[in-house]
Amino acid sequence: MLLIECPWCGERAETEFSYGGEAGIARPPDPDVLSDAEWADYLFNRSNPRGAHRELWNHAQGCRRWFGVERDTVTYRIAGSFRLSDGSDNREG
Amino acid sequence: MQPQRLPTGGRIDRSKPLSFRFDGRKLEGYAGDTLASALLANGVSIVGRSFKLRRPRGIVGSGAEEPNAIMQIGKGAHAQPNLRATQVELYEGLVARTTKGWPGARFDLGAINDIFGKVFSAGFYYKTFMRPKSWWHLYERFIRASAGFGRAPTETDPDHYEHRNAHCDVLIAGGGPAGLSAALAAGRAGARVILADEQDEFGGSLAGAKRNIGDAPADEWLRRTVESLAALDNVTLLPRSTVFGYYDHNFLAIAERCTDHLPEADRAGVRQRLWRVRAKQVVLAQGAFERPLAFCNNDRPGVMLASAVSQYIRRYAVRPGRRAVVFTNNDSAYETAIDLAEAGSSVVIVDSRADGAGSLGERAAKAGISVIAGHIVTDVVGRRRVRGVRVAGWSGNPSYLVESSIHIDCDLVAVSGGWSPAVHLHSHAGGRNAWDTERHCFVPGEAAQANVSAGACNGKWSLRECLREGIESGRAAASRCGFEAPEIDTPSTSEGHYNPLQPLWRVPADAEPERCPKQFLDFQNDTSVADIRLAVREGYRNVEHVKRYTALGFGTDQGKLGNIIGMAVLAECLGKSIPEVGTTTFRPAYTPVAFAVGAGESVGDLYDPVRKTAVHEWHVAAGAPMENVGQWHRPWYFPRDGEDLHAAVARECVAARQSLGIMDASTLGKIDARGRDVVEFLERIYTHNVGKMKIGRCAYGIMLGEDGMVMDDGVMARLGEQRFYLTTTTGGAANVLAWLEAWLQTEWPELEVFLTSLTDHFSTIAMVGPNSRRVLERIGCTIDLDKDSFPFMAVRDAELGGYPVQLFRVSFSGELAFEINIDSGSALEMWKTVMAAGEEFGVTPYGTETMHVLRAEKGFVIVGQDTDGSVTPVDLGMNWLLSKDKDFLGKRSLARPDCLRSDRKQLVGLLSSDNTVLPEGTQLVEAPGAPVPVPMCGHVTSSYMSACLGHPIALALVAGGRARKGETIYAALPGREPLPVTIAAPVFYDPKGERQHV
Ligand SMILES: [Zn+2]
Repeated sequence: MLLIECPWCGERAETEFSYGGEAGIARPPDPDVLSDAEWADYLFNRSNPRGAHRELWNHAQGCRRWFGVERDTVTYRIAGSFRLSDGSDNREG
Repeated sequence: MQPQRLPTGGRIDRSKPLSFRFDGRKLEGYAGDTLASALLANGVSIVGRSFKLRRPRGIVGSGAEEPNAIMQIGKGAHAQPNLRATQVELYEGLVARTTKGWPGARFDLGAINDIFGKVFSAGFYYKTFMRPKSWWHLYERFIRASAGFGRAPTETDPDHYEHRNAHCDVLIAGGGPAGLSAALAAGRAGARVILADEQDEFGGSLAGAKRNIGDAPADEWLRRTVESLAALDNVTLLPRSTVFGYYDHNFLAIAERCTDHLPEADRAGVRQRLWRVRAKQVVLAQGAFERPLAFCNNDRPGVMLASAVSQYIRRYAVRPGRRAVVFTNNDSAYETAIDLAEAGSSVVIVDSRADGAGSLGERAAKAGISVIAGHIVTDVVGRRRVRGVRVAGWSGNPSYLVESSIHIDCDLVAVSGGWSPAVHLHSHAGGRNAWDTERHCFVPGEAAQANVSAGACNGKWSLRECLREGIESGRAAASRCGFEAPEIDTPSTSEGHYNPLQPLWRVPADAEPERCPKQFLDFQNDTSVADIRLAVREGYRNVEHVKRYTALGFGTDQGKLGNIIGMAVLAECLGKSIPEVGTTTFRPAYTPVAFAVGAGESVGDLYDPVRKTAVHEWHVAAGAPMENVGQWHRPWYFPRDGEDLHAAVARECVAARQSLGIMDASTLGKIDARGRDVVEFLERIYTHNVGKMKIGRCAYGIMLGEDGMVMDDGVMARLGEQRFYLTTTTGGAANVLAWLEAWLQTEWPELEVFLTSLTDHFSTIAMVGPNSRRVLERIGCTIDLDKDSFPFMAVRDAELGGYPVQLFRVSFSGELAFEINIDSGSALEMWKTVMAAGEEFGVTPYGTETMHVLRAEKGFVIVGQDTDGSVTPVDLGMNWLLSKDKDFLGKRSLARPDCLRSDRKQLVGLLSSDNTVLPEGTQLVEAPGAPVPVPMCGHVTSSYMSACLGHPIALALVAGGRARKGETIYAALPGREPLPVTIAAPVFYDPKGERQHV
């Protein structure tokens, strides 16, 4: 069970959080101008890397805030958490 | 009478004799015995039958590695299946049954399988039971019945189990010399330490060892060390506790057996406890497993691990045999020979090595033990018990066939093929293992998490190394947690010199493995050397494939004994080295864990929270059966005078349409949304034009996923310029709130909107029917309720009967209807007030079933029943709800080619040609006589008998259905001819929608 650091509450067990998938998938500002393929890419395609992965987590059983985590998809090691709203990033190193 | 019990010695309490039953026989042991040691003391040699071949089997080990002595312990609801007798502490009145073989281990009908052993070779199940596939359910029953594993009790488990979360600086798994030393070093440094050991007392291999540590006997060192640890407040000692899993981020699970060792009548409190531990540092000190050797008939009762023989003598004062042969390829078994000699047994050592042992060889010689060096045991004589062995000279060549052998009489063969570190937890944590070419075993490689292995589980065999590594790892772990760890001297121990182990796995015989008696690798699954060789001949190369084909390591013991020698045999067949072949994956649990401890307190009423509305007790008193909707308990219907569901629902429906019904709608999700940008935010969420809504007005709204599929729906109301009240489906409340929050926080943080759940704070009472207005007026309402002052889809704050309420003129039934939103604390009073005021109009409470019928008569969908995550608003005929003036979530997806297909399934009504109420889920087909497989064109989503209409109605999703009104399709009903049904509009009642506007 992962130990995840909420930027507002500190380290908590994975069971307090819900997962939100890959971070940084911005909603296109004007969907109507996109081709079907471009819209499908936004909708369905994710990078699914082997290694470092920036992803969204929600402290659902705590402060209910969304934030980002950089996690290695092979070792599950977490490099750090970062806030979304102000862009600050408290990854170690 | 315990014939094999030694007159003195051991750590048992001879003043406390205990009686127990084994397969119905009454036997005696002592406090301090395990079930296994007590059985051996009583001379019981057969404790089970093997899985496939039904061969008689005896106790092999003394701990977690035991493959044969698998027992059903206890009676009735308290019984536990598949426990290892070697790890079951004896208590007064214990009842044990063998779980393999019927009617008992000593006599077994299935033993005939052994005679046909050739039939049951590797891959037997695959080859025999593959075809025809449709017979698999028969095969499985046959295999299960023959396997005869333990039976789970059928009664509800009456015992209490609990989960406990814990945090510590240093968790130490294993309380032998290394683990105890680590605990003392870390504990004295001030770290919070948890020390867990699976046995009832700490000490591991030290218990009963005739060694000195420092200037005191090992027992004395052990007693002092445990006392010192118990005196430290920062150290938690957990005996009878198995660390069975090592998960991500240093999270470990421990199963503590609190009362299993007590007579059933004396048990109180928690039976087993699951510790969920987050540790900063972990020291793994679980020791090592002795390996067997694969010689012919090496599974005969009386063939045991040498270390287990020593344990039984030293710890339990049980002598497993009077005339022993010790067969070894290394020095450690010489200690067993000495133990046997001191216990009065005659002993011969057969050592595969030409030059025998080091210092222990000298001690054995002094004890008068004869050593036959450069020899091997090739075969065992005796079927139900060892009667002797065949011994032959050997030069060290594994493919050499033995030409001549001599016979030695014996009743015990103590075997040592060397040692394998218990790398299980290290591997669970993600660490790899490395083959040590000097010690001939896998040792832990680099740790993948914050853990370190110490002592025998790190491949260190000498007591001094175990103590030293324990101290060092304990100090290092504490200092990594920020504690200053004082130096501790390693106590002195006398260590002799050792001769190296000779690699030996499969022992040569007088014929190739296929033509000599079986040489077993995995006792629990009857996997032999010949099986591995067969798998290789049939083309299997990968160790994971060979494992699955031969079932090697698939038993409840997970191959703790047989895996390594099995891999060595595979390596030999493939002409590879052992590290090239590699190991299979170690997975939790280390030893089997009871389901009950996994469930913990989450059973019965505590399995899932129950949500009840403020009016719940009234519903119960009125005799309403409950329907579970998610965690909510909602009244289903309110039967009168013995009515069944259908009679009650028919009466309730008519009452609501003709006079007045009342329903508790409190479970609807309710969200207060307000803030500077709330209009902009809701425009992006909902499909309709939110900004055009006037204050005090409601709208029906739907929200879509970005894929364009309907996600949730509900009435929403504008209460102010920047304030809205949203309702969601009962089941969707939490998801919708999370969905809205996610968009606000991750995508649109610039929008200032505040969302607050009001689901529990407010209760909702729906008053439905032509007399609803009259009754509200009778209760006394501070606002005018006529249709011009308070029109359909309006919302007002008001006082009703003196209570502040929010009054909605909305309808989920098509009738004139009001919803009263009231503080939950006053909801029951308001409900009673409405019931009293409505009495003369025959006010009729109704539940979820009538609500469903009323809404289906009007064609109102239920998200999640009439939709399934693949239905767009266009499919539902809700184009009128889709704004063309703005973007909203999911809008772009509605223009994807797949969403524009004309043959998408669309919502329609269905009328059956007779009075059949179609079962929900019924598949719809175009033509009754089409060849199989019949193409399906849709399915029924909602279906009820409509009392108001006098015939059944159904909603369905039908391919291209909206353009097919009046056409006939067919409902496929089990056990009868396909039934013709007519496609209709989905609105059956008051199609113009006039009744709700009066
Ligand atoms: Zn938080």
